[in-house]
Amino acid sequence: MFKRIAAAAALLAALAGCGEVDGASGDGGGETLTVFAAASLTETFTELGKTFEESHPGTDVRFGFAGSSTLAQQITQGAPADVFASASPATMKTVTDAGDAAGEPRVFTTNRLVIAVPKDDPGGVRSVRDLAGEDLRVVVCAEQVPCGAAAAKALAAAGVTVEPVSKEKDVKAVLTKVRLGEADAGLVYRTDAKAAGGDVTGIEFAAAAEAVNDYPIVRVADAPRPGLAKEFIDLVTGPRGRAVLGAAGFRAP
Amino acid sequence: MTVHAPSRPAASRDGDRPPGRPPLILVLPALAGLAFLVLPLAGLLVRAPWSTLGTRLVRPEVLDALRLSLLTATIATVLCVLFGVPLAWTLARVRFPGVRLVRALVTVPLVLPPVVGGVALLLAAGRRGIVGGPLESAFGITLPFTTAGVVLAQAFVAMPFLVISVEGALRAADLRYEEAAATLGASRWTTFRRVTLPLVAPGVAAGAVLCWARALGEFGATITFAGNFPGETQTMPLAVYLALETDPQAAIVLSLVLLAVSVVVLAALRNRWTGAS
Repeated sequence: MFKRIAAAAALLAALAGCGEVDGASGDGGGETLTVFAAASLTETFTELGKTFEESHPGTDVRFGFAGSSTLAQQITQGAPADVFASASPATMKTVTDAGDAAGEPRVFTTNRLVIAVPKDDPGGVRSVRDLAGEDLRVVVCAEQVPCGAAAAKALAAAGVTVEPVSKEKDVKAVLTKVRLGEADAGLVYRTDAKAAGGDVTGIEFAAAAEAVNDYPIVRVADAPRPGLAKEFIDLVTGPRGRAVLGAAGFRAP
Repeated sequence: MTVHAPSRPAASRDGDRPPGRPPLILVLPALAGLAFLVLPLAGLLVRAPWSTLGTRLVRPEVLDALRLSLLTATIATVLCVLFGVPLAWTLARVRFPGVRLVRALVTVPLVLPPVVGGVALLLAAGRRGIVGGPLESAFGITLPFTTAGVVLAQAFVAMPFLVISVEGALRAADLRYEEAAATLGASRWTTFRRVTLPLVAPGVAAGAVLCWARALGEFGATITFAGNFPGETQTMPLAVYLALETDPQAAIVLSLVLLAVSVVVLAALRNRWTGAS
């Protein structure tokens, strides 16, 4: 009986412990900065997060990477984020409209779409016109997420009608389908194609210029760590941020 | 729309409960536990846009997703019964080395994150997968991005529910009936068909219903393996996920539909089968 109570107590203590780590408090007096960022920022922001931790000893940077729209919904539902970096002004607007942004969002970088094809290019894709091919398995993002909205716009600008086989929930999911060779081609950001290394080839196309994505960043109203949030935004928008983003294939706004 | 919770009055059926007041130290945490499980559902009901519910429900994209979900979950369940019942029988009635390992493997999808199941399916049945590759080159059949792929993903995550339920029923069934049939000269197949199967029919039915409900709610493996295209692979849970990105009200409506179906199924299950045991 006592054993059981002890076990239950240990379990409760463990659960309580988890709650603390998950919350903003962190351990040993250190602080945790929570950054919600678009999936396409995964690599660059992870790197910038490390830089930030080095210059702020004892501070942990915690990231939530997902589709921008998902993150925006989570923030408007009260998720305890400090910083929000979105892949499109439209998604950012849902946060500012809800009164969950502190101040004006700043556009810190831009991205554009490329056609990603698997390394061995089974569909023989050379240009955006090839995407209309009958037997070609093309994957895009769903229109509900920024990369899907951009894809629809770019394809319309190119005057190409594409019948995708799937509309994925975010750009990383599109990239995965291309990487695994399940899709013959997919529309992803040029930075994602670049991040995939040799697994995929990115093909630039002119109409992508009609659907350039601006990435805004903002401090979340009621941010648990407003001071750190501001410093992180300064890092992203400053020279170090520009260098990291530029190296990954992002362009200056 | 009214939804009946699968509860029943305490004294209606169970005359064998001990008398006396339940101690508060048990009742309070029980109530807290109940509230924890029920409050999110209540949140869904409270926030639902009831006035526009009707028009939102008959939108073509909603009907498409619902139709696809019902169809694929049903086919997945049929497949699970066809393959799962013999599997459960083998696990319960045949002695062979490694039976414990096989049983563990069968239940892995229960605890595996569905998205991992989807990745595994991609690597096995994708066009470059160990099974999918030969399948494509030999027959030109590809499973990802097809409705068949949805069925496969659903069957993968739902089949353990059926196998566990049927195996449990088989273990609980009285072996003497089967032994009697065998001594009267019935073959093992005849015994299975005429004696065992009728004995465990309630277990099979309960397992099939659980399996169907699980298939209906499948999200992770489906979106990972089968993708998401309206009318082809976009089931209700996928539609809910994407609706939440731009139109939370629509997502609530779709969620309500799934909730209603689940509650009706589970309530029916409880009264017909598990409640009787």
